[in-house]
Amino acid sequence: MELICPAGNSAAYREAVEAGADAVYCGFRNETNARNFPGLNFSRDEMAAAIAFGHSRGVMSFVAINTFMRAGSEQLWFEAVDDAVTAGADAVILADMGLMAYTARRHPAQRIHVSVQAAAASVDSVAFLVEAFGAKRVVLPRVLSLAEVRNLTHQAPCETEVFVFGGLCVMAEGRCSLSSYATGLSPNMNGVCSPASHVRYVPQGTELVSRLGDYTIDRFAAGRPAGYPTLCKGRFSADGRVAHSFEDPVSLDALGHLEELRKAGVKALKIEGRQRGKAYVAEVVSTIRRALEARPEARPAILSRLSRVSEGQRTTAGAYDKRWR
Amino acid sequence: MQIPAAIRLALVPAPLFLVEAGARKAFEVVLARHPSLVDRLGAYAERTFGFASSDLPFAFVVTPRPATIRVVRSIEPGMADACAEGPIVRLLALLEGRVDGDALFFARDIVVSGDMEAMLALRNALDDCEVDLPTDLAGIAGPAGPLVKRAFERIRTRLLDPTTWN
Repeated sequence: MELICPAGNSAAYREAVEAGADAVYCGFRNETNARNFPGLNFSRDEMAAAIAFGHSRGVMSFVAINTFMRAGSEQLWFEAVDDAVTAGADAVILADMGLMAYTARRHPAQRIHVSVQAAAASVDSVAFLVEAFGAKRVVLPRVLSLAEVRNLTHQAPCETEVFVFGGLCVMAEGRCSLSSYATGLSPNMNGVCSPASHVRYVPQGTELVSRLGDYTIDRFAAGRPAGYPTLCKGRFSADGRVAHSFEDPVSLDALGHLEELRKAGVKALKIEGRQRGKAYVAEVVSTIRRALEARPEARPAILSRLSRVSEGQRTTAGAYDKRWR
Repeated sequence: MQIPAAIRLALVPAPLFLVEAGARKAFEVVLARHPSLVDRLGAYAERTFGFASSDLPFAFVVTPRPATIRVVRSIEPGMADACAEGPIVRLLALLEGRVDGDALFFARDIVVSGDMEAMLALRNALDDCEVDLPTDLAGIAGPAGPLVKRAFERIRTRLLDPTTWN
């Protein structure tokens, strides 16, 4: 299975390559990619240099152009695809069907991967994207159980890629409106979930209060691990009890299921975290690479160190272990 | 890694102007060696950032463009647009991109406040710049540069050992 690794800048790209990535995914410095955070991402020149460096080391580059085009401004997304192709991207990761149509028509030889943001979670939807636009791979949403991943992989007419580590989005990706509801900006249209411009951390006595726009997301007592200030990871009062109403502030870790994923025929394993630092990329990629090359029984000891870099310093296998409907 | 309390106490009488002179020289050298930092920051380069070391008796107030740095006893409200507070070793490791800022935040090793967009931009810009303080600052030492560099590297390795991942 290929190891697909994140990079939010050139330094992180190099770390990913050195640490053992088979492919690195990254995006341009604008709203065409779903990690459009300040100070992050690649200029056109940086992208071309990174791709060339990757190729010199036998590592592929996938360019994420995975937000949905804004009516009237499609040219921004078209140019991103054109420039990614010119730079030598091994694949473009797309969510918008209009952009897939443009890419298939304008660059018929360019490999298209379907972004997780496209929420292609059924054999029918995947088959349509393959037939209509020639998609070669689909990144599966993080809402599928292991059995569902296995069934879809067996029946899908293209390769499948799954997230195995990193930030866990529990919503139907590409469809979630929580960030929009709170801030007017979303990962789907603007490339930012819970944008930093709307985030405030306010120390109150020994507690740290996290706020997103007009909403209090959580209050962290001294010493309690903190999480991202997203509504879906917030702690709210409802029906007389205070709880994480949507999801605990934890990270995804499906690395305990590597053998099942391999047997299911999954082509590639994806690590989330383009917004994380190069130190995170180096640590996570090298550790997972070591685990992939180790015997299954040796993996837990190798992987145990990763919880400390995780949100809330805890992890979950998420929907892969889903026992509910 | 925390600076021992005895060292902290010994530094309390240090005149701020002297500390500020050293900090300014280091700041100027780092900016000169990494011009892409200010480029990548864009408009955020004009914001003012406060860095409060929880184990030193002073704090730093920094603006990348125009380049200014002040050393103060503590950061008062209104002094900075965004602040980060934590042990000085962690803050310096973050400056060099040797630790992941999110992981430090999750573990509550650092506390951030104020304009998070500006702070995030700075974190991301620093992460790409590959600041290496022993290498960057060795030039200040003139002919003794290589010796100073090796000494700084040894100190860094010992200080960062429990936290570094590279």
